[in-house]
Amino acid sequence: MAHSLVSAPNLSRFASYLVFGAGALMSLVLWAFAEDQTMTVHAMLFLAFFLAAIYWVAGRQGRPPVAQEVDGKPNYNEAVVKAGVIATVVWGLVGFSVGVVIAWQLAFPALNFDTSFINFGRLRPVHTSAVIFAFGGNALIATSLYCVQRTNRTRLFGDGLAWFVFWGYQLFIVLAATSYLMGATQGREYAEPEWHVDLWLTLVWVCYLLVFLGTLIKRKESHIYVANWFYLAFIVTIAMLHLGNNMAVPVSLFSSKSVSLFSGVQDAMIQWWYGHNAVGFFLTAGFLGMMYYFVPKRAERPVYSYRLSIIHFWALIFLYIWAGPHHLHYTALPDWAQTLGMFFSIMLWMPSWGGMINGLMTLAGAWDKLRTDPVIRMLIVSVAFYGMSTFEGPVMSIKQVNSLSHYTDWTVGHVHSGALGWVGFVSFGAVYCLVPWLWKRREMFSKRLIEWHFWIATAGILLYITAMWVSGIMQGLMWRAHDELGFLQYSFVETVEAMHPYYVIRALGGVLYLTGAGIMAYNVYMTIRGREAATQAAPKAVPAE
Amino acid sequence: MSTRETDEPTGKETTGHEWDGIKELDTPLPAWWLYTFYACIALSMVFFVLWPSWPIPTADGWTYTKGIVGYSQRQRVEQLTAEARADLEQEMEAMRDLSLAEIRTDKALMPIALKAGEAAFGDNCAGCHGSGAQGFEGFPNLNDDAWIWGGSLEAIHQTIENGIRWDDNPDTRYNVMPSFLSDGILTREQVGQVVQYVRRISDQEHDAAKAEQGAAIYDQQCGFCHGAQGKGMTDLGAPNLTDAIWLYGGDVASLTETVSYSRYGVMPAWEDRLDPLTIKQLAVYVHALGGGEPVATADAGSATTPATDDGGSASGETRGGL
Repeated sequence: MAHSLVSAPNLSRFASYLVFGAGALMSLVLWAFAEDQTMTVHAMLFLAFFLAAIYWVAGRQGRPPVAQEVDGKPNYNEAVVKAGVIATVVWGLVGFSVGVVIAWQLAFPALNFDTSFINFGRLRPVHTSAVIFAFGGNALIATSLYCVQRTNRTRLFGDGLAWFVFWGYQLFIVLAATSYLMGATQGREYAEPEWHVDLWLTLVWVCYLLVFLGTLIKRKESHIYVANWFYLAFIVTIAMLHLGNNMAVPVSLFSSKSVSLFSGVQDAMIQWWYGHNAVGFFLTAGFLGMMYYFVPKRAERPVYSYRLSIIHFWALIFLYIWAGPHHLHYTALPDWAQTLGMFFSIMLWMPSWGGMINGLMTLAGAWDKLRTDPVIRMLIVSVAFYGMSTFEGPVMSIKQVNSLSHYTDWTVGHVHSGALGWVGFVSFGAVYCLVPWLWKRREMFSKRLIEWHFWIATAGILLYITAMWVSGIMQGLMWRAHDELGFLQYSFVETVEAMHPYYVIRALGGVLYLTGAGIMAYNVYMTIRGREAATQAAPKAVPAE
Repeated sequence: MSTRETDEPTGKETTGHEWDGIKELDTPLPAWWLYTFYACIALSMVFFVLWPSWPIPTADGWTYTKGIVGYSQRQRVEQLTAEARADLEQEMEAMRDLSLAEIRTDKALMPIALKAGEAAFGDNCAGCHGSGAQGFEGFPNLNDDAWIWGGSLEAIHQTIENGIRWDDNPDTRYNVMPSFLSDGILTREQVGQVVQYVRRISDQEHDAAKAEQGAAIYDQQCGFCHGAQGKGMTDLGAPNLTDAIWLYGGDVASLTETVSYSRYGVMPAWEDRLDPLTIKQLAVYVHALGGGEPVATADAGSATTPATDDGGSASGETRGGL
């Protein structure tokens, strides 16, 4: 028996107890000495997480190790992917709902109810973090862990580690959201969480990289598929950006407050180097990985051009990282940095479109599927929105255009055509593919509900972005309008009054988009429960394949 | 696995790789894509030479390539601002030395003062008083002829300059109405009676018996500031209670709230933030909005007529009795 005591499973269990036990102990100390409300609440959350982890490890004692292969086929780890898909749907609903609430708050400020916890300033980062990191992040984690196994014909590396990545990431989301509601923030857009939450995310992210790289290393394919290049670029670059933009010194080890290492325009530049590449590597590279797997897989067509995928990948990776300064046009940032950011943004146009061409043209020979398969339509429309916003981006980075668009709703519209159209739709498409595959159903519960989701959400996006274009351009023109004597024609309040109707339209667009996601959640729930809609249960004519 | 095959629908060759059923076509780069990419790079290179675009370390610290055009956004802003200033410099200088009444009757300067005042109003005052100066609950309408602290040019100017109940300013306009209920001066019943009396003198529906009792209380407690007839006193900042204009509402509930607990509206002293000329222009603008009181100068005949033809002060005459 001595042999089995030092076996690998026993060693890893012992290590888990040690790590999680130390974590629980540290949480207790943090709880005892916490200097503010945020730290107290977070210490309690950390403690609950570590105790649950210990309980989970103990519950798996005595289980045989998971087989890498069954009957000569890879024994894929689908449980963690399933959890990721459910988290994507749930967080999506949360993020879209908060977005709808703050959209109404902008139209009718009385909806802030004079309370601190749910005022616009605190809910806004809850919305952005929930849609980018909770919805988008879970979609990326779930699809990347699915894709990397399938395209490398090997089971995921690290069983417990993958679960730690999943649950650790959910803890990060809860920590971030609770911080904002309690007023703890670094004030850096898309990087609002304070230092202790950043450290936790660093730990989780390194484990994510280990799981992904570990799986790539033990792959059974000689070549690495393009989707995995994009996923890997996303994971590695986000780690670098996260570390770069969160260089802060906590005021005390038991306080949730920290101070940035940089100051002034350097601080702003670091923030927008991060902010722009969060869009570039989280919302673009990561989701291109998703596109490269699900579009050809669903369309059952080969990827349009292998050469294009190589060239646009490396061009995108090289050029994106320089474009951040275009967020700081006409500020204290030196002229050379602003114009440099603009040049790289212009050069970025075609590399971005390489992904669009490869996505759209993969359908060559199967265009009829746009009509018959709403999931393909969703994926392809997402690629179209991707193309549109990656053209709009370089245009807005040109200083002369930016002088009109900057600080206006045009920027908000631009971001949402990318977020709702590209990131949202490609993720919905992936969810509609993955749910039947993972839960071993023939297809989704209802195809008609997918159609409804598609059309309602598309209408919502169009309302949203057209309202913001009109509002933003009007706002920009009103700000700069002056009379023949040189005095400003409109006061700021007048621009706010003029924007009101568009804010209402935008909120209605958001309601439609949320409704679509609600339909998807119901469809996913019914599919997982194993139901099929009555109309689909009846046998129908299927063309021979 | 590595066998190249021909894809039937497109007639193109695959690369021979396959992952989880996904293959890739060996399509060359689309020419339009490649040449547009080159064009974007070429365009950027041209701008790179024309504009400031690259940092250079030197022995004395960092500098950068200035570009052939030599563009500098800072210089451009300074130049544009200087040009805009120069356009109106003479007029602005002239206004600095003139009194409010003199600006008002100067046919050349008054239109400029009004425009400047309007722009300053939009940026600084509209947030509370509304973009049309129409006011909101607690923030007076500036278009009518009801003035709490006086509607002459000088009175308006003083209010803007020093604010109302603005603690940091020694000359701020200041008064406090007692909180008649919470200070224990009146009982709840008496508050109700005085409210009915105020409703009576403002010609609103009221309880006659209560109002009669309230009259006595009014004389004792309120008349000193609001006047025996309830017409108010601008010197004390006590509003007229007989008109239909209410800062916080003339319904029973609002009046009860005001009498019971008082109000403490605050307006900032703008001399801390705006230059004296802008405050002058604001005073002239607000005065001309519709309710400014007539200007009393030696030469009354011409001075009461503003130098604009929008009849700005016509309604000011109706206020003459106060």
